[in-house]
Amino acid sequence: MKILVPISNVPDTTSKISFANNDTEFNKSGITFILNPYDEWYALVRAMELKESGKAEKVTLIHVGLADSEPTIRKGFALGADDGVRIDGEGDAYFVAEQVSNYAKENGYDLIMAGKETINYNGSSVGALIAGFLDYPFVSLATKLDVEGTTATLEQDIDGGTQIVEAQLPLVISCAKGMAEQRIPNMKGIMAARTKPLTIVAAGQNNNFTNVKSFALSAGRTTCKMIDENNMDELVQLLHTEAKVI
Amino acid sequence: MSTTKTKGGEFLIKETNAQDIFIPEQWNEEQLMMKKTCDDFIDQEVLPILDRIDSQEVGLMPSLMEKAGELGLLGVSVPEALGGMGADFVTSMLTTEALGAGYSAAVAFSAHTGIGTLPILYYGNEEQKKKYIPKLASGEWKACYCLTEPSSGSDANSGKTTAKLTADGKHYILNGQKMWITNGGFADIFTVFAKIDDDKNLSAFIVEKEFGGISLNPEEHKMGIKGSSTRQVFFNECKVPVENLLSERENGFKIAVNILNIGRIKLAGAAIGGSKRAATQSIKYANERIQFERPISKYGAIRYKLAEQAIRIFASESATYRASQNMEDAIHELIAGGMEKAKATLKGIEQFAVEAAILKVHGSETLDYVADEGVQIYGGMGYSAEAPMDRIYRDSRINRIFEGTNEINRLLIVDMILKRAMKGELDLMGPAQKVANELVGIPEFSEPDDTLFAYEKKLIANFKKAILLTAGGAVQKLMTSLSKEQEVIMNIANMAIETYVAESTLLRVEKMVSMKGEASCEVQLAIARSYINSACDKIWIEGKEALNSFAEGDELRMMLIGLKRYTKQEPFNAKAARQTVAQALIAENKYCF
Repeated sequence: MKILVPISNVPDTTSKISFANNDTEFNKSGITFILNPYDEWYALVRAMELKESGKAEKVTLIHVGLADSEPTIRKGFALGADDGVRIDGEGDAYFVAEQVSNYAKENGYDLIMAGKETINYNGSSVGALIAGFLDYPFVSLATKLDVEGTTATLEQDIDGGTQIVEAQLPLVISCAKGMAEQRIPNMKGIMAARTKPLTIVAAGQNNNFTNVKSFALSAGRTTCKMIDENNMDELVQLLHTEAKVI
Repeated sequence: MSTTKTKGGEFLIKETNAQDIFIPEQWNEEQLMMKKTCDDFIDQEVLPILDRIDSQEVGLMPSLMEKAGELGLLGVSVPEALGGMGADFVTSMLTTEALGAGYSAAVAFSAHTGIGTLPILYYGNEEQKKKYIPKLASGEWKACYCLTEPSSGSDANSGKTTAKLTADGKHYILNGQKMWITNGGFADIFTVFAKIDDDKNLSAFIVEKEFGGISLNPEEHKMGIKGSSTRQVFFNECKVPVENLLSERENGFKIAVNILNIGRIKLAGAAIGGSKRAATQSIKYANERIQFERPISKYGAIRYKLAEQAIRIFASESATYRASQNMEDAIHELIAGGMEKAKATLKGIEQFAVEAAILKVHGSETLDYVADEGVQIYGGMGYSAEAPMDRIYRDSRINRIFEGTNEINRLLIVDMILKRAMKGELDLMGPAQKVANELVGIPEFSEPDDTLFAYEKKLIANFKKAILLTAGGAVQKLMTSLSKEQEVIMNIANMAIETYVAESTLLRVEKMVSMKGEASCEVQLAIARSYINSACDKIWIEGKEALNSFAEGDELRMMLIGLKRYTKQEPFNAKAARQTVAQALIAENKYCF
């Protein structure tokens, strides 16, 4: 079984977010980028577990992005991925999914494991789009995965419980919490990362269907207002005039 | 790597080019990834269980060491062929720094990877290395180092533990008592120092717990690092195969000294790691704690502390990595000259033993300062065992004591410098004579040009003259009795420490400016200037005390005038500089340099 793990390069969770060019671009200056945690902790680590148990023979990373995202791909190598592909281009979810699918079509993967979403745009759509392009079955938000032969057994959270589903390979899934535990890359993995093959592929036609017009920061949480427990009138007044919820 | 060869101790008489030093802003992607792995290990595996570690839950520390071993953290400096990572010395300093934030666990790891593993790695023969190193690097075996005895601490060569060859010549029988043995409670491998028959000097032995004849006292009750196992170890007719003699007979003291050179700079690295985390906690608390309706980080008294913590950390770090790269370069040069790697590593580090001692003192005192002010910033909560500063404060203190007390290290700094001068390895006499001539000549009033760093460089050059003036005077006046005048030696050592660290800080910022431009190094410039400003005053005080103690009359007056001239600075607004530093820390809500 060959596994393909699409990965994203996202700002560190502690980054201070700001925008440039009249709020039309994300300001990258001073930002530390990391491997998208959902791609790393759930998709890639589970893929590595499948490889370690002998069920997968190869785990390949794929990333659509510019050269400055290569450290993130090497972080994936440090975690154990065998090789990687960077498709040199940037675009929306449709573009990313199309590029990944084109590569997957040519190189043949049995299982494509995406994170459930990125932590910057939270789009959650790339996995499903890839499945659409490839005409493969898609299981979203899987919390468990095992594979026997060409049959995958997955678990998904549903309202008040879980459901277990079965699907045939080739298959695309998106991985959610529970799929695997976070791993710390070991020193050997880190040292091996620099020698693992990373192929750069030119991006195909740019079919962006969406364009960001502008970004804005949310107002954020305002300071907490303490009200004396005996002063219900003030509470009611504030809920009515300030919070406008009653 | 440096383009010009630097020698240990030479900073006293030579100017260094900023481009020739390594600065932490040059870490590469792979090194940073390794550091991140160490940071993540501390965050995920160590910090959540600090109370359990400190209660010495049975089996917990060994299991933590095994986890560290699985990640490769115990074999960073071990060659790949022996199951390690084969990383270079500077990289091993970075991982040491990151793991240094692990409180008692940091002590257990560093004792295992340093004094536990290195004697075998650097002095062991092939069989010994093959037998022990891979299992130490993986964490399967845990190691400790048995040097100190109840009556033999700083005077390590006076140990009473004995080793007697059996009649059949196949074993040594060890008898004696060792104390303060870190990791003693769970160690499998003991490196033991003992005297064979009536030898003058120690020999070293690799002793397996399995050999028998080893018993342990209960855990010591300590002020801090409570989770670190510290035991007395008794050797009672302990039978050690002759092939477990490490290196040659009577070579033990040399092993102990050389391993301590490495231990000292590593301790500085670990202290930097601990200091950075403690500073970050101080900053976060100061930003959160509201008094008089404002976060206490808005107040100047607190800002002073936050800034001063950062200034000292940045300075200590600058000097530590400068020296680490010097050592690295020296090692490579020796290897290129045909020396075997283990020997070259020891020799290369030994060349910078003066710097290692300087860093040990500065690193541990910086950590203590940061911890102490951390408690103060936390106020009442700083004194509560519920808040983190309590543990930081208690755990920090040992660093000024082990790996050679800071007093022993100060003595060593001066002793090693003078010995090198006597041997002709370090030309102190020429420059000292020049300074002496300057004193009686017409003072030089030329002003430094107004290019960036010209003024600060002139100050640093003057600090060196101040040392040569003081040390030169002390040698001349006190001659052979200088070694007994420990107060004077402390003064001179402090002058050397401040000079080396101030210069390293300036060189780092100069190199940073050349990489990033002056505008983006505004805060670092404030740090360097602030440090140099304080160093200058300290050098004046130390020098004055020394001179006043051994010189008198006109000669004393002349020397004091000289010292004054060498520590004269333009007015400097230290308050404004510290405000600049504090504001950057407060905005980032963490130690951010």
